[in-house]
Amino acid sequence: MSHWIMAPLLLPLLAGMVNLLLVRHGPGPQRLVSLLTTAALLPVAILLLLRADSGEIVLYQLGNWPAPFGISLVLDRLSAMLLVLTALLALPALVAATAGDDRRGENFHVLFPLQLFGINGAFLTGDLFNLFVFFEVMLIASYGLALHGGGRDRVRAGLHYVVLNLIGSSLFLVAIGTLYGIAGTLNMADLAIYTTTAAVEQTPLLRAAALLLLTVFALKAAVLPLHLWLPALYSAGIAPVAALFAIMTKVGVYAILRTFTLILPVTGPGADVAAVLPAVALLTIALGALGALGAHRLTVLIAYLVVVSVGTLLAGISLFTVPGLTAALFYLPHTTLITAGLFLLAALIAGRRGAVGDQLQAVAVNPGNLLGGLFFLAAIAVAGMPPLGGFLGKLLLLQAVPPPQAPWLWTVVLVGGLAAIVALSRAGSSLFWRTEGEGVAGTGLPLPLLTSTVLLLALTVALTVWAAPLTRYAEATATQLLRPQETVEAVLGREAGR
Amino acid sequence: MEMLASLVVAVLFACGAYLVLRARTFPVAIGLALLSYGVNLFLFFTGRLVTGAPPLAGGAAATADPLPQALVLTAIVIGFGMTAFVVALSLRARGELGNDHVDGAGEER
Repeated sequence: MSHWIMAPLLLPLLAGMVNLLLVRHGPGPQRLVSLLTTAALLPVAILLLLRADSGEIVLYQLGNWPAPFGISLVLDRLSAMLLVLTALLALPALVAATAGDDRRGENFHVLFPLQLFGINGAFLTGDLFNLFVFFEVMLIASYGLALHGGGRDRVRAGLHYVVLNLIGSSLFLVAIGTLYGIAGTLNMADLAIYTTTAAVEQTPLLRAAALLLLTVFALKAAVLPLHLWLPALYSAGIAPVAALFAIMTKVGVYAILRTFTLILPVTGPGADVAAVLPAVALLTIALGALGALGAHRLTVLIAYLVVVSVGTLLAGISLFTVPGLTAALFYLPHTTLITAGLFLLAALIAGRRGAVGDQLQAVAVNPGNLLGGLFFLAAIAVAGMPPLGGFLGKLLLLQAVPPPQAPWLWTVVLVGGLAAIVALSRAGSSLFWRTEGEGVAGTGLPLPLLTSTVLLLALTVALTVWAAPLTRYAEATATQLLRPQETVEAVLGREAGR
Repeated sequence: MEMLASLVVAVLFACGAYLVLRARTFPVAIGLALLSYGVNLFLFFTGRLVTGAPPLAGGAAATADPLPQALVLTAIVIGFGMTAFVVALSLRARGELGNDHVDGAGEER
């Protein structure tokens, strides 16, 4: 049974390798392999979720070398939830790509599963150095996917993205080296023991490592002021890739959550992080909202909403309390799925509007009532208006804030939500109502793209309907995260936890 | 010895940081290479500087830590591959954008 933990890693890795061999045979067999493996990831992830929901922290030692010497994979509630979310997001993104975007280069079906391999690995690993390795796997695949299709805008945005992330990787290695130099281990649970019992003279180095790690993860998560690469990259990439990238920023959020609850807890050497993070989160929301208001293209607008969502998630996480983490974890799947759905919807709208694409200017083409209705639904969901799940997530967040911080957070979150509504209604009215001037209608609605969009929007509605079990799960996850000694005991045995 | 080692890492980082802030893709690629050299040396030095010591624990005697060398090996492979990728991407950007400015902006602008 415990070998199933390897499946979310082995399935996409195998699919990527098989697809590499199938490159000469055209897109047909490759599509089949990718679709089958991505679809198979979902039941596997759900199986693991059910296992993790019992509260058990499952440890898998590769090659049966005992921790902390061997390579550990750790499955807890948080990683199981994110595995399911990745699988739920990957399938619609892949189906959308079969509308034709995957034929713009021959390696799409090699890179897509490898990207999933990196993401799943980052969620499962129990070792800081392997987190770095899986980050690199994920990033290398994402460089290829971001450039998929070629063209000036993609190359320009891709170059910035690659250079920034290489600098980020260097800093990550410096942080890892610092931690190894003082602790002599990189196993997360083993580090957790060390950092809580470290001598006073080690504290400055631990604090430096904590802030370095925060910088690296903030770059991946697109937190202010390291968010500037995101809007250009996400708006330049093809829609299915942008939809899949919706989970990439959440990998950074995951890493922040994991590091500062387990390895460098905010009650110990991570204290600086707890001091910096709330302000940074609120500034991220504010700047993301301003960017959304100023966007001149629909995809840029959605990309800035991704920045806002990262800020909202971190606002919840930065409280490091059960209610705060619950709110963030409840909001996370909702915001990931809806932003991905919006990227696909933007591609549908752009396809209908011909040469103008997703630019927010008037043309004589109405994208149609179906797309209008979908856009309305998605706008309500992403802006956090009742009755959809985004509203519940923000409500949980507002309730979770302790009174001293409440004025700041309430103001920024609510005004940020208002800005999102203004930006989306402005975009919606110029896309659907201002049908004047010249313009030639584009193609019809590609069925795979439409199906995926509807599926992603339906999933966000489903998350609202099943809000009660999701809240319960999020709360259990938050409780588990704030008891890092449970993970330490699961990985290193009962003695070590004491 | 420790002083010299840390100075080398510091100089590599300083030069790398200066070069990645340049506006042309060629110095940026060189800067990234220098940064990764600095990081590799730093990782290597985290195993402490000892000479002539056996690589595995042998009681009370001083030992060399083999793990940073394994980490460095992984970091070298990834860093080398990524430097090659940046060079290829820079050439592509030179072709697509018509110049080697990192923002694709030419002198005429």
